[in-house]
Amino acid sequence: MPGDHGETPPTARGNTGETPPTAHGITGETPPTARGITGETLLDVRGLTVEYVSEQGSVRACDDVSFTVRRGEILGVAGESGSGKSTLITALTRLERPPAVTTAGEILFRPRGAAKPVDLVGLLERDLRKLRWRDMAIVLQSAMNALNPVMRLEAQFTDVLREHDCTLSRRTARERTAELLTLVGLTAGQANRYPHELSGGTRQRATIALALACGPDLVVMDEPTTAVDVVMQRQILANLLRLRERLAFAVVFVTHDLSLLVELADRIAIMYAGRIVEIGTAADLYHHPRHPYTEGLRASFPPLREPVRRLSGIPGSPPDLRDPPPGCAFHPRCPQRFAPCDSVLPVLGPVGDQQVACLLHTGGPTLGHARKERTDDALGH
Amino acid sequence: MTAPLIASETGLAQQGGAGEAARRPARRRTRLTWLGSRLGFYLFVTWVAITLNFFIPRLMPGDPAQAVIQAMTQRNGQMPPPETVHSIQLLFGNPDKPLFSQYVGYLGQLVHGDLGLSISQYPVPVIDLVRAALPWTLLLVGASTVIAFVIGVGLGIVVGWRPGRRFDTVVTPLSTVIGVVPYFWVALLAVWVFAVKLGWAPVSGGYSVDTVPGLNVPFLAGALRYGLLPVATIVFSSFGGWVFGQRNMMVTTLSEDYVLLARAKGLPGWKVMLVYAARNAMLPSITNFALAIGGLVGGALLTEIVFSYPGMGFLLFDAVSKRDYPTMQAVFLLITLTVLLANFVADSVYVLLDPRTRESR
Amino acid sequence: MVRRLLKDWKVRLGVAVFAAFCLLALLGPWLTSALLHQSPTRLDLNAVSSPPSSKHLLGTTASGQDVLAQLVTGTRESMLAGLVASVLGTFIAVVVGVTAGLAGGIVDSALTGLTNVFLTMPGFALIFVISGYTRGGGPVVIGIIIGLFGWAGGTRALRAQAMSLRNREFVLAMRMLGESRWRLAMSEVLPHLIGWISAMFLGGFVGGVLAESGLAFLGVSDPSTVSWGIMISDAQQGNALISGMWWWFAPPGLCIALLGASVALINFGVDEISNPRLRGANRALVKRAQEASRAKEVSHAR
Repeated sequence: MPGDHGETPPTARGNTGETPPTAHGITGETPPTARGITGETLLDVRGLTVEYVSEQGSVRACDDVSFTVRRGEILGVAGESGSGKSTLITALTRLERPPAVTTAGEILFRPRGAAKPVDLVGLLERDLRKLRWRDMAIVLQSAMNALNPVMRLEAQFTDVLREHDCTLSRRTARERTAELLTLVGLTAGQANRYPHELSGGTRQRATIALALACGPDLVVMDEPTTAVDVVMQRQILANLLRLRERLAFAVVFVTHDLSLLVELADRIAIMYAGRIVEIGTAADLYHHPRHPYTEGLRASFPPLREPVRRLSGIPGSPPDLRDPPPGCAFHPRCPQRFAPCDSVLPVLGPVGDQQVACLLHTGGPTLGHARKERTDDALGH
Repeated sequence: MTAPLIASETGLAQQGGAGEAARRPARRRTRLTWLGSRLGFYLFVTWVAITLNFFIPRLMPGDPAQAVIQAMTQRNGQMPPPETVHSIQLLFGNPDKPLFSQYVGYLGQLVHGDLGLSISQYPVPVIDLVRAALPWTLLLVGASTVIAFVIGVGLGIVVGWRPGRRFDTVVTPLSTVIGVVPYFWVALLAVWVFAVKLGWAPVSGGYSVDTVPGLNVPFLAGALRYGLLPVATIVFSSFGGWVFGQRNMMVTTLSEDYVLLARAKGLPGWKVMLVYAARNAMLPSITNFALAIGGLVGGALLTEIVFSYPGMGFLLFDAVSKRDYPTMQAVFLLITLTVLLANFVADSVYVLLDPRTRESR
Repeated sequence: MVRRLLKDWKVRLGVAVFAAFCLLALLGPWLTSALLHQSPTRLDLNAVSSPPSSKHLLGTTASGQDVLAQLVTGTRESMLAGLVASVLGTFIAVVVGVTAGLAGGIVDSALTGLTNVFLTMPGFALIFVISGYTRGGGPVVIGIIIGLFGWAGGTRALRAQAMSLRNREFVLAMRMLGESRWRLAMSEVLPHLIGWISAMFLGGFVGGVLAESGLAFLGVSDPSTVSWGIMISDAQQGNALISGMWWWFAPPGLCIALLGASVALINFGVDEISNPRLRGANRALVKRAQEASRAKEVSHAR
């Protein structure tokens, strides 16, 4: 497929190459306010904790996670595999299955027309079902497995369309399916196909179209572009941004690819060992990462539109969540660790416009030399 | 939105459209090719069964052909006519002739549908005995095997949908344990309790003796009444074998993304369970069904014996006890053919249910 | 692994029942003659068709034989047939499956084809017919026939396992070192398959006992021996059903069922432990965690 688009710049961003990377690199110049971000809070997650319980003890895959998403905003969540980001996705949509249990926290969700937010954690499945897909939809990691292999695409659209709108006739549902498919650049004829007859990119587009079927306020996406090649990835993301502008839904986008989020997201949260270690606007995070882990993550991905520079990974591997290190979970791998890091758990606190959970920035019990230096450096920005 | 992006998207769509035309016939071909290769395999197995049938009597100690001729002579008081002797020697071996020409002659005789004459009911052709017994077995075993499959798989779907619940922890081991109880013993208990003690069902036979076999109401009603207990026995003994496998497939399928997505869509629970999870989870059970038919038939044949049901199992029992070799051979051949046919039907159902129809065996 | 297995109640129960049957098969006949002073063949003409009593704990048959003595003797004969069938069947399955998996290529195709033929053919009918010719054989002969024609069941799984082992690093490394395939199979591959093979062996054992009882019921085994299947067959022939002699036909079937259940329980537990995903979450733990969070919320709200 890449061969057929030889003349298209792989980034699909035309001539915006000379502008520095911003949160809206792909769409270029449009300022955020014009795109339906009204500032009204759509999703307010507070202290969300998800544990996997078993006879051998429980594992905290998400630990005290808090963030907000405004209407029409794209929040990116980045982290290595095993950082709890996929667990976060299922917990946000209340789809976690035993042995995963949400043991603490609340998810305040305020869909269109609702007078006040509801706490999804307290809701019964019966009430959740009314919210599902109409107000919040999900796009899963591997489109290969996200579509039912024994059903035609169309049937997988019409069942959800008619589930949430009983008045919809079979024919109207079919027409709506065709519309949705054209929305993501597919043909209406592809509705008759089985998933295995479609290419990976087509399937992924179809799942995005499916997510938009009932006009949700929030679309949660779990690494939706990891299974497709780079060209397809660009096209899908460009399409996503275009649709977001038109339909004004908010997105929580989870990926391990920080550089992709820098271009796509309005704000970014960095997860490590089940906790958010830093959160801020994409530009701030990219230009002034505060947490050593964010720095490391940034250094391990090639910048998309800057001259190639030396990449460095983060030494070591993510901690075993069954037996997390004491204090800051990142301290065994941290190049800037100092005395209290292995005993004091840093909490998320404001540093400049961002929020960071690192003793270098937010008050540790002792002011080490290293910390002071870093703080001065940070204030310089 | 920049211009090149739109262009590239349309290009992609067109490409997809072209691919559609190219892919369709290819898909049809895969399905047919797959069924064709299965058919070829079954034909091969048929040939193996026929060849086994040819060699078994020839490899057995003693001279079965001579034994058959002797038995016929005893029954009739005189040697059977020469053409019967010739036919027996073709079926059971003739030490004076080379093996290959015997084999060719044997195949020729099978093509003409000549399976020899029965010893126990001399001189009735075996083919007539088999023809009378086969429909009974087809109905009894066919109906009960399908019912047991549906019940077992259904139960497996339900317990697998919520693994670890009390229903699962009780039903799954229990049905597995029931699955290993021998059919004919269950049949004996059933006869004792329901026919002898309670008198709810006839003790033995396939139809009421005062009715005339054929398409008339009294006969059919009687056959139904006589068939109920055997069917119930076979269903009870064999449904358990499906529960465990289907449950495990269901549990595995539940962790698939498409089931998660179906829940996220807000579909009602039963729809997620049946349309998304079970539809996929039962595909391996259908493959296993095809493989298990051969084994299931064995148990069902023994059940026929307990009920003196006029099917292939009872015919085989009768033939074995009277050393009626021609009937034994014919029953084996016919059972094999029937099982292969059932296999092919199961394969065709699989093709209908799985659009991918990839080689999964 | 063994300790974890024995923690599971199903495995414990299964092992206990199975071990009891093995002991009974070994010591049973001696026990009946020494302790109960009964023999499976002696006819007590004073107590024909008598229900269980203090003299005959499980009653007598229509010809006055002690049912308990028959049952105990039958344990040995039936289990012997099962053992022979299972040893032979497992051996063939391992040879065919492992060879196919390790060799690959045309050998694999041929052996897989052979397995599929045996799998598809109604093996039981075939065994019926063959034992119809060799009728009058004891448990060993019947066991051999069952093993010879009933091995195909586990072969596919073994082949798949051997095939996945073939490409593992340690096997590749050994082959580079010039280790012969035969020695490789014996020293490296087989030990990894021990779990599969033992499960197959147990399954084949029960299958053998079941098949033997079926064949005996059909009337093809040596009528002078006593096995569970022959007991059931005799009871059926002796009109035990019509005359309501449940103590005659019920115990042997129950023994077969118990033996089968014990193996089913063992394999059940092994399956759960080797594949924990199938178990489902521990409901009690999940519920406790959910309740704890709810309680926390309530106190939070206050």
